[in-house]
Amino acid sequence: MEAQNLLWLIPALPFLGAIVNGLLGPRAPKSATTAVAIGAPFLSLAVALYCLFQYLGGGASEPLAATAYHWTTGPIAIDISFLLDPLSSVMLFVVTFVGFLIHVYSVGYMSHEEGYQRYFAYLNLFMGSMLLLILGSNFLVLFVGWEGVGLCSYLLIGYYYQERVPPAAGKKAFIVNRIGDFGFLAGLLALYARYGTLEFGPLFHKIAEDTGVAAGTYALGLSFASFVALALFIGAMGKSAQIPLYVWLPDAMAGPTPVSALIHAATMVTAGVYMVSRANVLYQLAPGVSMFVAAIGGVTAIFAATIGLAQNDIKKVLAYSTVSQLGYMFMAAGLGAYALAIFHVGTHAFFKALLFLGSGSVIHAMGGEQDMRSMGGLRKQLPWTYRTFLIGALALAGVPPLAGFFSKDAILGAAFEHNKLLWVIGVLTAGLTAFYMFRAVFLTFFGKFRGTHEQEHHLHESPAVMTVPLVILALGTLVVGFFNLPPVFPGGNGFVHFLQPVIAHVGEAGAEEGHALSAGTEWALILVSVAVAALGIFLASRVYGGGRGTAGDQTFASRFAGLYRTLSNKYYVDELYDRVIVKPLAWLARVCWKVIDSLLIEGTLGVGTFLTELTGDLARFSTTGNVRNYALYFFLGVVALFWWMIL
Amino acid sequence: MDTFLALAASDSLTRLVLFPAVAALPLVFLRREQVVKVYLLVVSLLELGLAALYLGSHGGADGPFTASRDAALSWIPRWGIRWELVADGISWPLALLAIVLVPIVVLGTWKGISQRWPAYGASLLVLTSGVLGSLFAFDLFLFYVFWEVMLVPMYLIIGIWGGERRIYAAVKFFLFTMAGSLLMLVAILWIGATYFRVAGTWSFAYEDLLRLDLPAGAQLWLFAGFALAFLIKVPMFPVHTWLPDAHVEAPTGGSVLLAGILLKLGTYGYLRFAMPLFPHASAQARPLLLALAITGILYGALVAWMQPDMKKLVAYSSVAHLGFVMLGLLAADVVAWQGALIQMVNHGLSTGALFLLVGMIYDRRHTKKFDEFGGLAKVMPVFAFFLVFSALASVGLPALNGFVGEFLILLGSYRAVGAWAIAAAFGVVLAAVYLLKMLQLTIWGPLEKEENKGLSDLSLREVLSLAPLAVLMLWIGVAPAGFLAPSQKALEATLSQYTERLKQPVPTEARLIAVEPKEAAAASPGQQEVAR
Amino acid sequence: MVPISYYLLLAGMLFIIGTLGALTRRSGITIFLSIELMLNSVNLTLIAYSRLLGDRMGQLIVLFVMAVAAAEAAVGLALFIAIYRHRHTIDLNRLNLMRW
Repeated sequence: MEAQNLLWLIPALPFLGAIVNGLLGPRAPKSATTAVAIGAPFLSLAVALYCLFQYLGGGASEPLAATAYHWTTGPIAIDISFLLDPLSSVMLFVVTFVGFLIHVYSVGYMSHEEGYQRYFAYLNLFMGSMLLLILGSNFLVLFVGWEGVGLCSYLLIGYYYQERVPPAAGKKAFIVNRIGDFGFLAGLLALYARYGTLEFGPLFHKIAEDTGVAAGTYALGLSFASFVALALFIGAMGKSAQIPLYVWLPDAMAGPTPVSALIHAATMVTAGVYMVSRANVLYQLAPGVSMFVAAIGGVTAIFAATIGLAQNDIKKVLAYSTVSQLGYMFMAAGLGAYALAIFHVGTHAFFKALLFLGSGSVIHAMGGEQDMRSMGGLRKQLPWTYRTFLIGALALAGVPPLAGFFSKDAILGAAFEHNKLLWVIGVLTAGLTAFYMFRAVFLTFFGKFRGTHEQEHHLHESPAVMTVPLVILALGTLVVGFFNLPPVFPGGNGFVHFLQPVIAHVGEAGAEEGHALSAGTEWALILVSVAVAALGIFLASRVYGGGRGTAGDQTFASRFAGLYRTLSNKYYVDELYDRVIVKPLAWLARVCWKVIDSLLIEGTLGVGTFLTELTGDLARFSTTGNVRNYALYFFLGVVALFWWMIL
Repeated sequence: MDTFLALAASDSLTRLVLFPAVAALPLVFLRREQVVKVYLLVVSLLELGLAALYLGSHGGADGPFTASRDAALSWIPRWGIRWELVADGISWPLALLAIVLVPIVVLGTWKGISQRWPAYGASLLVLTSGVLGSLFAFDLFLFYVFWEVMLVPMYLIIGIWGGERRIYAAVKFFLFTMAGSLLMLVAILWIGATYFRVAGTWSFAYEDLLRLDLPAGAQLWLFAGFALAFLIKVPMFPVHTWLPDAHVEAPTGGSVLLAGILLKLGTYGYLRFAMPLFPHASAQARPLLLALAITGILYGALVAWMQPDMKKLVAYSSVAHLGFVMLGLLAADVVAWQGALIQMVNHGLSTGALFLLVGMIYDRRHTKKFDEFGGLAKVMPVFAFFLVFSALASVGLPALNGFVGEFLILLGSYRAVGAWAIAAAFGVVLAAVYLLKMLQLTIWGPLEKEENKGLSDLSLREVLSLAPLAVLMLWIGVAPAGFLAPSQKALEATLSQYTERLKQPVPTEARLIAVEPKEAAAASPGQQEVAR
Repeated sequence: MVPISYYLLLAGMLFIIGTLGALTRRSGITIFLSIELMLNSVNLTLIAYSRLLGDRMGQLIVLFVMAVAAAEAAVGLALFIAIYRHRHTIDLNRLNLMRW
């Protein structure tokens, strides 16, 4: 079977699983639900691997493309079509592999929840949508997947719908994402209006050929390329939680932990990075917007990292770390290092999923407790969780030879090459990251247990169905970094090289990424990042290690009360948005309703009604019921008639 | 008369239009409620069958919606008024929507209506006839007659089976619509008289009047007359205030049909009559109407957000959705028109479903206030599923129908009018805001109210009434090509004619465009009348 | 010969008296009589002009008017009798059931 003809199966299988589980409903036996729920992504993974082998085995020279069917025909013809090229094959592998592991993990994690079947229906739906997103060969399919994952995110964040917070968090996520989608949609409209197609291949080709695309002003004082690039980036800001639209992601932790791992760390939130990399030709033609992207990424990275310092909820720490790492990715993409951005997407998917699943294992053992102040010393009871979590934390901190080191270091190298300020920000963020991650490690796994006696009694290592995925992800974290060794090593930059066909070569930006620096500089940069990571870990161990527990936080909180409050309240951004956007909009809406609708429009009509009624009321009095009055009217009428006729 | 009966008896549009009204007559003799309900269901399904039969036998080169017509019969020969029915790709989707919605309404309001079923059923059936007649009428006078025929049963439905303030709402509905339609009648008579002056023969036939090229002033006045009638019906900001009242007071069935079909007659009329008959005037009024459409989209969404009442929220959402349709029509772009047409159908499906769902919860709790709900997903999971599904369709989530319409409208109108479309796209954000608020306050959250804890989930009957809507919503969303293609020819023809006309300069005197005189007209009864 | 103006003056006075009577009196019968007076003032005018112009048509019309007046009086009186039986009054001020 030709591999491209199987591509449609990859997203279709999880959809099928979602439908089957949705229709079977909660009455179906749990084993059947599990079989469908695990089987669908497993088959999807199998097909994906088959396609990947076929594709890579064939030398990956020509992308695999297939059209499933025509979505619309006629004056606007859009196909539902799929594409497997280097970029989507990387994403495909990450999503199906990590996604499948998280499905397996979920079987254990969710086993006691009611609505087990609902959870897996949503999760399968998510897998289908995500695969649609990355396999789509045009912006429409991408957008369908894009919105589909948004929906699943909404549903899964609000999974515990009988509580008050999770559905509200889901709503927030959906609406903030919609604001981004508004930008995305605007970009698509402009692209379609100019080029008449949304298909990646022809579209990007036309853009590259279009001489006027980067010149002149199209809208808002921007050139066409800049306008579209900016619009699309607004979409990416929403989906990938960048300033100013990052606010939904920390709240999204209200969902079940495997969901946080799958959607809000490994896959969905990286869709924005994927999209920007996919549309790299536009960003190359819009250097100003690219700089903006990089700046937003850098600012987000350090901003979120500082918030992460003062969070006590273990999932919130990871959430802010995700926002921060996504900032790194955009920094890379904005600097033109698209391949490195995608590389970081891949490595991050492994170690961040690992960290989230590890935290899930901890939460599972703690009976739902997420506050690190109640944890401590868990490494004895949860040995496997501890070991894997530690690997993840080391990777995130950027310790060689783990995955995070390679990808982060490469991005820092690109930053050093293009923009020293961003490099400084990146290095600082790396230090902060190492610090807050090891704060989490020390608070959770070291020292004395600070929870209740009952919790302590219940502590237990998670079942194999949960720990095995942890181990596999940990192994992955050890391995995947080697796909792109620094250029100073022989065979270095392999991943970047692999992705080259997807990166357009516009103007002078034709050089391959990451080759500009001399070997000496490379080594120096590597040393700097390793040193910073080590420093962060060392500081964390001094403050939180050795059984000191949360004492460090208390000292900090009392010494820098204002700063601590600002950090733990996340710079009051939610409050700010509420004041500046939500409240005024609600006020406007109420004005529309109460003033314009009820007062102005209805009032104007009311005046008309009143006048009509008044006339009627006045005219009514002429009906006296007295015949002689009528006779008088008659007489006067006759007189008037005569008057008119004679005179 | 013989020919008319023969026409009505054959496989014709006339039969399709008249069958429901005629089938309403036996309801006079039916007393038992159950019998009436079953009878209604059978009749409405038969109507569906007749439509399928007609489509099956009249499909042609242009797919299933190939234009087809009944033989035109003289009705009032003195004035050249004829019984002329034509169906094409523009009217079919809406006609089918109407025909499909009626059995769904009967099924969905099985329990909600508790009294006077025969009269209720008769109103539904006459309404169906009125709607189909308006959609198929190709004689402006006939169109007007059907237009008013629609009005009365809806007035009765609101006024008899409505809520507490039903009389107020019914009268408001009636007066608003009437105010517009009387002006339209004047405009129809005027244009008929102009035709007589220019052509020397009376005719109200749409195709004849299309040949009339009017001077700027007359076009503007006539357009205003037509447009006002249609825009009130749509309803467009700022003449929308009858809609929330009518929806809130109307019984579920009334709301579904009102939102599902009646509002579409406004946009349909604008597309079919107001634009092609008065191209220059409509082009001149476009900036104003565009501004109103955009305002309507944003304004309807904002006001919907603030509503404390589920049904009112859905009602205001109609203002926003129909604003999108108007935007598409005003763009005068074939893609936007395709989007607008499919969006009319979409709105009928998704808003229809939402109204049915509101009705179902109202039947159980006798309230529509958000304060009374919360956490219903716990006790009514199936209800929750359909509510989420329909709300998402309404939000415009890809892979559901609402997205197709909005996307095409935005694509087309961006090409045609640029920044306006971007402003409208922001309505997509607001749609999420108010519809998710609705979900949040009804089905999510803790189940706290005692009264809600014992609620029963949807019955099989209710699921059966919603399922076809859900299937259609998904189907249109996943594979819209099959729904768009059949109407494409008709839209393209109308659009090319419209843009052709726009390129011609406005005449100073009213005149006929096509130069060749109609030989047949010489022998028409109207002509003899004039000779006398 | 009496000049036409005398007739017209008399007729006009009769008409005004009749009008005022019809408008001011409360009894139905009196109003009837006043209306008869108005009719007769018209009759007088018609006769006068008929004589002046030598046209018989005027006299013919007068006969018609008298016949109609008689019929009207018959119907009107019958009505008043019926009303009186019902309401025990023919005071028009009290017959105002149609009042707003």
